[in-house]
Amino acid sequence: MRLNELKLGGSAIIDHVEDHTAGDPVAERLRALGFVPGEPIRIVAVGPIGADPIAVGIGFTRFALRRAEASRVLLRDAA
Amino acid sequence: MSVLNAALVGNPNCGKTALFNLLTGSRQKVANYAGVTVERKVGRLTTPGGLAVRLLDLPGAYSLVATSPDEAVTRDVCAGTYRGEPAPELLVCVLDATNLRLHLRFALEVRQMGRPMILVLNMIDAAKRQGIAIDVPRLAAEFGAPVVTAVGIRRNGGQDLLRALDLPPPPPPPAMPAGSDFHAEARRILADCVARPSRLGVALEERLDRWFLHPVWGMAILFALMFVMFQAVFSWAQPVMDLLDAGTAALGQAVGTVLPDGPLRSLIVDGVIAGAGSVVVFLPQILILFLWILALEESGYLPRAAFLLDRIMATAGLSGRSFIPLLSSFACAVPGIMATRTIQNPRDRMITILIAPLMTCSARLPVYTLLIAAFVPERRIGGLFNLHGLVLFALYLAGILSALLVARVLKNRDRQEEHPLLLELPAYRLPNLRDLALGLKQRAVIFLSRVGTIIVTVSVLLWALASFPAPPAGAAGPAIEWSLAGRIGHWMLHVMAPIGFNWQICVSLIPGLAAREVAVSALATVYSLGATDSDAARQLQPLLSAHWSLGTALSLLTWYIFAPQCFSTLAVIRRETGSWRMVGITAGYLFAMAYGAAFIVWHISLLLGWGGSP
Repeated sequence: MRLNELKLGGSAIIDHVEDHTAGDPVAERLRALGFVPGEPIRIVAVGPIGADPIAVGIGFTRFALRRAEASRVLLRDAA
Repeated sequence: MSVLNAALVGNPNCGKTALFNLLTGSRQKVANYAGVTVERKVGRLTTPGGLAVRLLDLPGAYSLVATSPDEAVTRDVCAGTYRGEPAPELLVCVLDATNLRLHLRFALEVRQMGRPMILVLNMIDAAKRQGIAIDVPRLAAEFGAPVVTAVGIRRNGGQDLLRALDLPPPPPPPAMPAGSDFHAEARRILADCVARPSRLGVALEERLDRWFLHPVWGMAILFALMFVMFQAVFSWAQPVMDLLDAGTAALGQAVGTVLPDGPLRSLIVDGVIAGAGSVVVFLPQILILFLWILALEESGYLPRAAFLLDRIMATAGLSGRSFIPLLSSFACAVPGIMATRTIQNPRDRMITILIAPLMTCSARLPVYTLLIAAFVPERRIGGLFNLHGLVLFALYLAGILSALLVARVLKNRDRQEEHPLLLELPAYRLPNLRDLALGLKQRAVIFLSRVGTIIVTVSVLLWALASFPAPPAGAAGPAIEWSLAGRIGHWMLHVMAPIGFNWQICVSLIPGLAAREVAVSALATVYSLGATDSDAARQLQPLLSAHWSLGTALSLLTWYIFAPQCFSTLAVIRRETGSWRMVGITAGYLFAMAYGAAFIVWHISLLLGWGGSP
């Protein structure tokens, strides 16, 4: 499952972040922001139109991501 | 005496600038969102031990693998490759003590540079409140650098850091082998040094976000905030504005009776007092607008608004990243355009710069409110909303919608590409009253010094142009018709009459090119000189409603939504893009839109019968 498929209020464990292009800067940045294997993550809120973007809670921070960005994050089974 | 070159580095929004202001006595802008500081700032301080320190404040960065121009500054300064900046001898790495996981990772990345470092655990008071216990000596030992605690927003909150600066510089901390996992290392160190209760503080944030980011309630709150802001600009400011208005009128009267009739009296009364006084009146409105903007900035709400509006921005081909620069442009387009440095995608950045002048800046407020008060009847709508506030809201909305439209048009030719959002939603914070007061004072000083310099100068110049040459003996009509300004105004009518402007407006548009609010003072001077009975008509507002048709007023309002009448904005576009072509494109398209839209509004007004004299 990918982060963009996770429902509002759902939580999961990050498996890894994949590159969509060679040297994908967005994937690189996600990893720097703490989207690393084994990290628990949860969906805190979704945007008003088309449920995009999403707000995710990771560690002690919250980030707003568009679904296209979130699709780079692969998840392990829901925790 | 030697000077120590030190630089503040750290994640965005960890409080570097607050600490910088505290240590150096500077007044750099601080707010609660990522990317307030977008360029390096220099300050000086002397430690208790007498060491002189040249301190750099650098833009926040999540990583030294920079993805935007502001992060590149930080990367280059740390690496010692920034042109004209010596390599820092000491890196003061600031960490938000309530969010050490993310911030320690960046500190570890900085450690790889092999420069002497001090770690500062900022916001230690907030960390303590959340029950986070940090073993500081152990952290210093594990990290390999001195660690001090600080509270950037409290007086004396930087004492420990000052004392640490007095000690001989620490040796560079040991670097990790290349390719090490910074996250794993950060997690290891934190497990050893930090004990924190299970997500107590975060629960509060999430409860608030459940409302503020709610698809329905969140949008309702956003609109309510905007709405009340425009209502407040009119209704709260009115009593003070009336006082200021009466004050300038009385001053003009008093000076008028003291000075003998002649050019000097005319210069002081018609030029300086009528010109500058007509703009000073708007100070309360501008301060109320800024009170809202500053409070929103401090609270941490702005990134939430960007979240809610991201999809709307996306339809115009922009990301929520453009939201904060555009929102800053409501204060003034100059910092707004500078804030675009946080946008990663270069094309997004250019488009945001192009449309930033369409956001209604505070300098337009005097023009808008003057014309609204003169031509829109004071009325309550639904017993709740003031019609003036509604019209003002509509003018702001018109600017926003045309900005989205322009962005959309520019985007259509572009191939499909991704516009990253990736925005941190910071912890909420109650705005600090002292910071608000300081921010307002700063804005008041800026506004008044503009009145004192640009506006007085332009008023005097305009007075001279509008007074000389004097009419020939026995000439009919007001003297100003014979003056240089009068002739220029009449000549400009060839171009401007098709959009419903009269020659007085044309005259005031020329000085209004320097700065928007100057047009108000220029109108005041022109009408004050043109008035046949020089004491009767000091008040600009009733004068305009008597002389202009509704169509003319609407056309001028429309012109002001678009016209790029601000040298500072054009100069900052030149600096940020390094291209005169971008300046030409911006000015060109904005003037074309201003003329086109005013033309349409004027001709619709004519059809509706609003073009005749009142």
